[in-house]
Amino acid sequence: MTTVLERVRSGREAAGERWRGAPRWVRWALLAAVIAFFYALPNREFYQYLGPIPTPGANFTQVLFTVSIYVLLAVGLNIVVGFAGLLDLGYFGFFAVGAYTVAVLTSPSSNVKTLWPWLLVVPLAIGLTMLSGVMLGTPTLRLRGDYLAIVTLGFAEMIRIAAVSSEFLKGQRGFNQIPHPPGKYADGKPFFGVLDARPYYWLVLTLIILVVIGVRNLTHSRVGRAWISIREDEDAAQLMGVPTFKFKLWAFASGAAIAGLAGALFAGKQNFVNSQNFELLNSIIILAAVIFGGSGNIVGAIVGGGLVAYMIERFRGIELFGVELYEYRFLIFGLVLVVMMIFRPEGLIPNRRRAAEFKDRRKEVIVGE
Amino acid sequence: MLLEIDDVSLLYGRIQALHGISLTVAEGEIVALIGANGAGKSTTMRAISGIRPIASGRIRFEGEDISKLRADLRVRRGLCQAPEGRGIFPGMSVLENLDMGAYTRRDRAGIAQDLSRVLDLFPRLAERSKQAGGTLSGGEQQMLAVGRALMSRPKLLLLDEPSMGLAPMLIQQIFDIIKEINEQGTTILLVEQNAQQALARAHRAYVLETGRIVKSGTGAELLHDPAVKEAYLGVA
Repeated sequence: MTTVLERVRSGREAAGERWRGAPRWVRWALLAAVIAFFYALPNREFYQYLGPIPTPGANFTQVLFTVSIYVLLAVGLNIVVGFAGLLDLGYFGFFAVGAYTVAVLTSPSSNVKTLWPWLLVVPLAIGLTMLSGVMLGTPTLRLRGDYLAIVTLGFAEMIRIAAVSSEFLKGQRGFNQIPHPPGKYADGKPFFGVLDARPYYWLVLTLIILVVIGVRNLTHSRVGRAWISIREDEDAAQLMGVPTFKFKLWAFASGAAIAGLAGALFAGKQNFVNSQNFELLNSIIILAAVIFGGSGNIVGAIVGGGLVAYMIERFRGIELFGVELYEYRFLIFGLVLVVMMIFRPEGLIPNRRRAAEFKDRRKEVIVGE
Repeated sequence: MLLEIDDVSLLYGRIQALHGISLTVAEGEIVALIGANGAGKSTTMRAISGIRPIASGRIRFEGEDISKLRADLRVRRGLCQAPEGRGIFPGMSVLENLDMGAYTRRDRAGIAQDLSRVLDLFPRLAERSKQAGGTLSGGEQQMLAVGRALMSRPKLLLLDEPSMGLAPMLIQQIFDIIKEINEQGTTILLVEQNAQQALARAHRAYVLETGRIVKSGTGAELLHDPAVKEAYLGVA
């Protein structure tokens, strides 16, 4: 049993070595090809040749938009969970804060009637979400371990219940006529319309690329080193002079800001926001996606977020023995996660360091026996 | 005095781990803190480095009260601890670990100089510079922890059980290195179960029992103290 597991592990490591060993231009060319592929993907002229990839049970372009939002969220949560090692079970709560900020400040059905344009509210939404992250993090990040998980879980539920029951947040009725992002074609038709989801997808895709560049630079800086040291050994990090609380708060707030951005994008596309958009399950799915993809690795988080969101939609409209697979999506998802935890606990595309940490812990367990 | 600890008590929940400990470390000294398992040695270290808050008493470093100061700010003042056992970063390479030791510093030239000094002291670390910390042997990890603490160029180096789990030959070696570090000008406060080795090299030492200091003196005095001999040196 163990030998099989070891062989699977080392095989994957070899693939990683080959990628890192490839010349620089090969990696850049591959990266450019992948990015071009994803920009082309929502065009029917392109995806109709892709065989089983387009979703049979749902509009593929719409699905792609949803998937891109999940990818953005996974990249953000990866900062919190993957880099700083903080367990956040209520990440979707920040997404809700972002979406509701946009809804309240732009929608005509809101009580405040500010009717601001979407673009003006986006930075506000990001700022407010960040602030809520700081408010939530300040008391809890001083503590270690499971407290944070519980508090974040509670936070996401609080936001959801506030959305359901508060008059100000309109509950089920929700906010309608949220304005779209600005921009017009040459002929005067709006670029971001109601029917075509492609522009929104392209917008999110572009923002993902920008966010990833930013996050990458951050992780290669002193900030990133501090995060990794906190994740690996918080006491030791502090003994090396790392202000651990400050950096944990930073990670938490930057993660929240990205979720706020995703929420604002979602509201701008959806045109309508109500309390049903923010179930607790979503937080769990994103967390599972990050762990599935390889927590601590940006590419892992992207792949995890993308695959998980896509697979869930892919099950729509497939019937097996008279039942729609979509109904069993979470059962299948759960099974996949269990198998993953056995064969590859560090995720599909793990961070090299992270993999070493896992090895270290396995060794510790063996010694402990 | 570089470090003065005055009547410090510390609680773990309701359990009192330290009962009014007082000790001093003067500049240039090696001071050893010996005692049995659970006597409060590591707890004393945690109190000094600021990882655990103290309940009462006062800790002064270079004459200034640092009792309430955050641990990372104590490092900036020149007080650095090599944590007990596996306190290294397992996923970082040896060089990255050493680099973390210099986290509070900005002077690139000085850091490079200290890095080559540490690699001179511990040639094993130079051989394994690219290897992940978690894959090192116990002895190498211990060296890495000491080397990493040196990278902050501390005025006072706190060493928590540097000989723990090491083979006798390595113990000898690590104590020789400690002596060398001290001779190069770093003051050292050392916590040890290996009383023989610690007392032989320390200028002064304190004996800790159930959270209280029960004896103090020069290393040589304690080494020949009958009670200490019986309790800690395994000689009847």
